[in-house]
Amino acid sequence: MGMTLQSEKKQGITLKQLKSQKVLILLSIPFIIYVIIFCYVPLGGWLMAFQNYKPKNGLLHSEFVGLAKFEFLFSNDQFLKVIRNTLAMGVINLVLGTVTAILFAILLSEFRFNRGKKLVQTISYLPHFLSWVIVTGIVFDVLSTENGIVNEILVNLHIIDKPFNFLADPKLFWWIVGFANVWKETGWNSIIYLAAITSISPDLYEAASIDGAGRLAKIWHITLPGIKPTFFILLIMNIGNVLNAGFEVQYLLGNGLVQSVSQTIDIYVLKYGISQADYSLGTAAGIFKSVVSLILIVIANQLAKKMGEEHLF
Amino acid sequence: MTNKYKVPPQIEHNVKSAKDIGKGKNAFLSRRTTGDIIFDTVNLIIMILFTITMLYPLLNTVAVSFNDGTDALRGGIHLFPRMFTWDNYKAVLSKELMPTAAKISVLRTVIGTVTSTFVTALLAYVLSRKNFIFKKQLSLIYVITMYVSGGLIPVFLVYKALGLTNSFAVYILPGMVSAFNMLVIRTYMNGLPESLSESAEIDGAGHMTIFIKIIFPLCMPVIATVALFTAVGQWNSWFDAMLYNRMSDNLTTLQYELMKLLSAVTTSGKGQTAQTMEHASGMVTPTSVRAAATVITSLPIICLYPFLQKYFVAGLTIGGVKE
Repeated sequence: MGMTLQSEKKQGITLKQLKSQKVLILLSIPFIIYVIIFCYVPLGGWLMAFQNYKPKNGLLHSEFVGLAKFEFLFSNDQFLKVIRNTLAMGVINLVLGTVTAILFAILLSEFRFNRGKKLVQTISYLPHFLSWVIVTGIVFDVLSTENGIVNEILVNLHIIDKPFNFLADPKLFWWIVGFANVWKETGWNSIIYLAAITSISPDLYEAASIDGAGRLAKIWHITLPGIKPTFFILLIMNIGNVLNAGFEVQYLLGNGLVQSVSQTIDIYVLKYGISQADYSLGTAAGIFKSVVSLILIVIANQLAKKMGEEHLF
Repeated sequence: MTNKYKVPPQIEHNVKSAKDIGKGKNAFLSRRTTGDIIFDTVNLIIMILFTITMLYPLLNTVAVSFNDGTDALRGGIHLFPRMFTWDNYKAVLSKELMPTAAKISVLRTVIGTVTSTFVTALLAYVLSRKNFIFKKQLSLIYVITMYVSGGLIPVFLVYKALGLTNSFAVYILPGMVSAFNMLVIRTYMNGLPESLSESAEIDGAGHMTIFIKIIFPLCMPVIATVALFTAVGQWNSWFDAMLYNRMSDNLTTLQYELMKLLSAVTTSGKGQTAQTMEHASGMVTPTSVRAAATVITSLPIICLYPFLQKYFVAGLTIGGVKE
């Protein structure tokens, strides 16, 4: 089979093939035009980052400035802070998200009440389907200084004596974003781990029971190693997304008081690129994000490969 | 900003069927030790706390939405309204842009989902033909788009040049062909027996006939899943409305209107007490109106949720994506 395929390949594309696949080729044409217009033409816009782009001059006649826009970005205190914020929130989201998803999957798989299990599972997925606008509104209500449940509980337990404005404290902002993500996605992210746990052979648990292993020992020695491949694959994929972890919540939840810690690369691009129409600067910041994401995903993949773990490519 | 339901390829083979998920190994836990009892009790408590954390904010929003606005400011509304009223809902529904927003949200969800699912499935069909000579090249130019994109500014300028700003089309066209969904559907199509389309071909059926009459109906499980995620994404997005159609009130969406209500409260800083407004018979506040708007906006999702659930776990496990 492999041989025939190879010999076919050597012959190249014949006129006869072109003719017989006329319909498929015709069907492909709109898809090629589509992807060029919506994906590759914007990619060509990357040129703007190396120019002093002026809409009236267009891409072809704008002044070429080399790496000046990037130099400006990296000598700019505000942009360095923006990178820090994006990375910090990305890492917090990644760590909190992974830990809670694994923990929840394990606890749920060990949950003994079958009907309760279904119910908890169903409820845990629900927030994933709500928009960030709604979830941000909920975060805002829960943390509100006027009747927010968190303040109410803390005051009643005498941990604080008057309502605290959590959303105005720069020290807390990253963690609020992190926990908002946990609230929205823990159930959802746990699905894949639950699937991995389900596929672990029951024989292993049985053998461990006979050897006198307790529940925690079984989790430690069987369940955790069993979900390790899943963990690595998701880790690689999510590491590439670390810089993507910041737009909607930060944009919706941020306010003047926490601006120095809430702004992310995407918000920066929106602010300078669109609102202040500095297209070149905005594009440069966007390129920086894309390139770093690609590099991160390759590094994570190579590391996993070296360690002999599951990897993507 | 996109749906995250990417499933790594290697995990696929681990999953037998969606129904297996969550079924435990309870069979051989018949003899319980003290350790077991402690573990189960702690686990039960954690699960109860978890469920409360998930549900309380949602139920509280519903309670506030049915409560008199000024009365709610006194606090103490938890799971049930204290002074029941429909005023918050009346206030939301009487807002000038609400009927338009609802109409646009429904339209973009329906049109966007139908077109995107059909077109993406058609591309998947073309790329699932085993001997198609440009299969590799066409796949590649789509797969690349999953990893690199022009970014906000270039995309914005291109859409502007295409006349997509201040138009309904901006909700439909840009997301119409999704490389990831295409891979998911194609994987499913590759699993279908080849003899089906071969025998149809012998009978003289063309590719469009084979696609519409044979392959598309057979792919219903994966189509349903992809359609579902597309629909949820369409319904929930607000950023495109803000970025491209801010100037066109007649193209606003429910999520964008809700976002405006939210930012009106957040940017006003600490006080929301001051801005009570009189409406019809009772009093509504920004908070109570927003609660009602939140309930209205999430209602379709909550109603569809039982149906969604059947498909989304399947969707997560179907996505055995190669290449």
